Amino acid sequence: MNTSLHHDEGAHAQGARPLIQTRAVTKDYPGVRALDGVDFELRPGEVHVLFGENGAGKSTLISILAGANQPSSGTILVRGEETHLGSVHEARELGISAVFQEFSLIPQMTVAENLFLGAEHARYGFLDNKRLRREAETILDELGFHIAPDQTVDHLTRAEQQMVEIAKAFRDELSVLILDEPTASLTNHETDQLFKLIGELTARGVGIVYITHRMAEIRRIGDRITVLRDGRYIDTVDAKTTSEDELVRLMTGRMVGAIFPKISFSPGEEVLRVDRLTTPDDAVRDVSLTVRAGEIVGFAGLVGSGKSETMQACFGARPASAGTVTYKGQPIGGSSPGANIRRGFLYLPADRRTEGLMMMRSVRENMSLAALDAKQVRNGPFLSRAGEVAMVSELADRLNLSPNRIERAVDHFSGGNQQKAMLARSLTRDFDLIVFDEPTVGVDVGTRASIYEFIAGLAGQGVAVVLISSDLPEILHMSNRAYVFYRGAVQAELPASELTEENVLSYFFEREAA
Amino acid sequence: MADSATTTAPRRSASDMLKRLFVRLGILPFLLVIAIVVFTLMSDNFLTGRNLMNVLRQSVYLMIVSLGQMLALLTGGFDLSVGTILAISSVVGAMTMASVYAMAPDMVWLAILLGCLGGVTAGTLIGVVNGVGVAFFNVSPFMMSLGMASVGFGIALYLTGGVPVYGMPVAFGDVFGFGTLLGIPAPVWVAAGLVVALYVFLYQTPYGRYFYAVGGNLKAASLSGINTKATLFFTYVLCAAFAAIAGMLLTARLDTGEANIGASMPLESIAACVIAGVSLRGGVGRLENVVLGALFIGLVQNGMNLARIESYLQTVVLGALLILAVIADQIRLRYVASLKD
Repeated sequence: MNTSLHHDEGAHAQGARPLIQTRAVTKDYPGVRALDGVDFELRPGEVHVLFGENGAGKSTLISILAGANQPSSGTILVRGEETHLGSVHEARELGISAVFQEFSLIPQMTVAENLFLGAEHARYGFLDNKRLRREAETILDELGFHIAPDQTVDHLTRAEQQMVEIAKAFRDELSVLILDEPTASLTNHETDQLFKLIGELTARGVGIVYITHRMAEIRRIGDRITVLRDGRYIDTVDAKTTSEDELVRLMTGRMVGAIFPKISFSPGEEVLRVDRLTTPDDAVRDVSLTVRAGEIVGFAGLVGSGKSETMQACFGARPASAGTVTYKGQPIGGSSPGANIRRGFLYLPADRRTEGLMMMRSVRENMSLAALDAKQVRNGPFLSRAGEVAMVSELADRLNLSPNRIERAVDHFSGGNQQKAMLARSLTRDFDLIVFDEPTVGVDVGTRASIYEFIAGLAGQGVAVVLISSDLPEILHMSNRAYVFYRGAVQAELPASELTEENVLSYFFEREAA
Repeated sequence: MADSATTTAPRRSASDMLKRLFVRLGILPFLLVIAIVVFTLMSDNFLTGRNLMNVLRQSVYLMIVSLGQMLALLTGGFDLSVGTILAISSVVGAMTMASVYAMAPDMVWLAILLGCLGGVTAGTLIGVVNGVGVAFFNVSPFMMSLGMASVGFGIALYLTGGVPVYGMPVAFGDVFGFGTLLGIPAPVWVAAGLVVALYVFLYQTPYGRYFYAVGGNLKAASLSGINTKATLFFTYVLCAAFAAIAGMLLTARLDTGEANIGASMPLESIAACVIAGVSLRGGVGRLENVVLGALFIGLVQNGMNLARIESYLQTVVLGALLILAVIADQIRLRYVASLKD
């Protein structure tokens, strides 16, 4: 088949000069270093997979390769020559095109108009629609896409839109194609078609940068894999010979024993019972589970598997269409987040920037946000500023906020300290059930250790903790029980004795390939 | 943004100090100093106690409207219907007052009370509609308040037939328009009372914090148990109530109810807030600065009058100042990244 063909070609091209190469590329955002001295190279005719956890820096790296973002330092070499990629347009002229997860198509325009957006053919200053249509047809035919050039884009399926997006890359001479999780929304048949196309491209010497989380895809089309973690380059390995376990270790690997605390659990009575919970958008389907006081229950699964959505629905941040949620023996279905917080049930969201923190407000205001109706910050109907400052200062000391300045805007702290400001909310009143959704995303290793310590401490005091995480070691080392989610449903419940990497992973990946 | 790492070396030059001051205080103090210097040079009468009291009295109406506008901006929206609310409250208030007074000429204070209540209620109702649209139907504040501005203006014109409403008791104008207490004009007292009340509400009750939280991060506020819909709803109701009170005070001053007062209020109130450092993205802004912002605009208008600048040109200056303030806010954001504290 095509796949075998392109591997021969790939091997053939091994010695050739890299199409594109980065040297010590670093990208800083305020408070976050998204990439830290990353080296990467793409050879002609290879499929080079970028692999890593969410927030490892994959997206930042491809946006730099595609010219959409400029590195803070470091150099980019295109065919051996140092090049400044100032814009997507400049990258395109050098034959570098990217297909991001978010499409850059204008839904109201036709396929042909979209294909040539920004590079319209004109005659005497007027659009040459005939030529536009003809060339669009040629490109689509060449690629074997059966899409009418006159169709408006919003009438196409997501897969067809993806094809248009890919076709856009072929407007100019193509040498590097960047694909960011292109199969996420494709059916099996469409995926086969895409892989066939990739095979044809690599046979022509085009290099492909490919981001995916799916092991099966890496096996099928990958030649080499570069692993990123926390914005750093970890290793580049051969896709055919590296084992899954090895990849997972590279992706998450850290001195495991050193950062996780030793926890002894003594589960008490049941705090939360969820029975056949379903949400209207099918993000959660028929989920049943229980959480008891003093235990840490891990929720594992891929992004979008329903692990976060389940707890959001319990908390009242997302509507539920069926099922019951019982908290301390009392049904709480349909309550607002405010009512649940007053009952002692808190959910701390995964994305601190968009859902967790008021970035331009002070640490003090952010920490006390969920406790403004609690006694220690109140003085009758008024806020007690002194009480608030006392509470926040104590928490800042306890969590080692650095720098310890509670009036500074959260935006100006590092990711780890921002996370502390949000997690501190769990200590601002007496909670009996706390949900931590990805509590260590984008957090440095040192802060991670103190966050784990902190969560373990809460469980030790008898708080029921739910730990939602895409980080496998986190689940394995922190929880005494875990649920594995897959496509909105609970795939497995694993007690401590069965909580091993292989077990959890088998529910993550294997069924997906089937 | 990218050079933030390279500029951290401690440099304490004069421009650096100025930069820090700018980041901390915004553009308003700079503009105030410039305005005072320029107008003092242009007119001898500018920097006199009498004139400054005049400025204060004249800017009171804008100040009250800006208090409400600030709430809308804090939650990440704005209210373009404040001018209409002024008009509606003026017209409805004057008509109520005049008809009660005509029916019962002895009960002057009853007429004034009912008139004020009627006017403020009518104006606030516009805010209720705005609030319902924005909070519960997710209409953008821009469309909602723009639409209501037209609706309200139309109602005000329809009610009056475009003619000013006369027949209010003289005492109304005498007390609320021209009256003084301890040498300070009555509207100034009202404004001071509202400023103090709003200050306490915003900074010493949890509910005030909710406005900042909703504008700071709607999602985070909601997940922290804040009723974001109710907060947004009350934002527009309060904003309208402030504008309606300003409308009644202005009616007292003019002694007539008019449908075309307040046309310049949306622009001027937003300008007062933005110049005072209230962020258009929501979540940032201090009440005391907004008070100063409104005073600044009053000061500029007064100064331009004294300097005999034509009124048509004055609108040019106001618009330009607003744009300048927004640009300054953008520049400030860029500096904030490089000077963290």
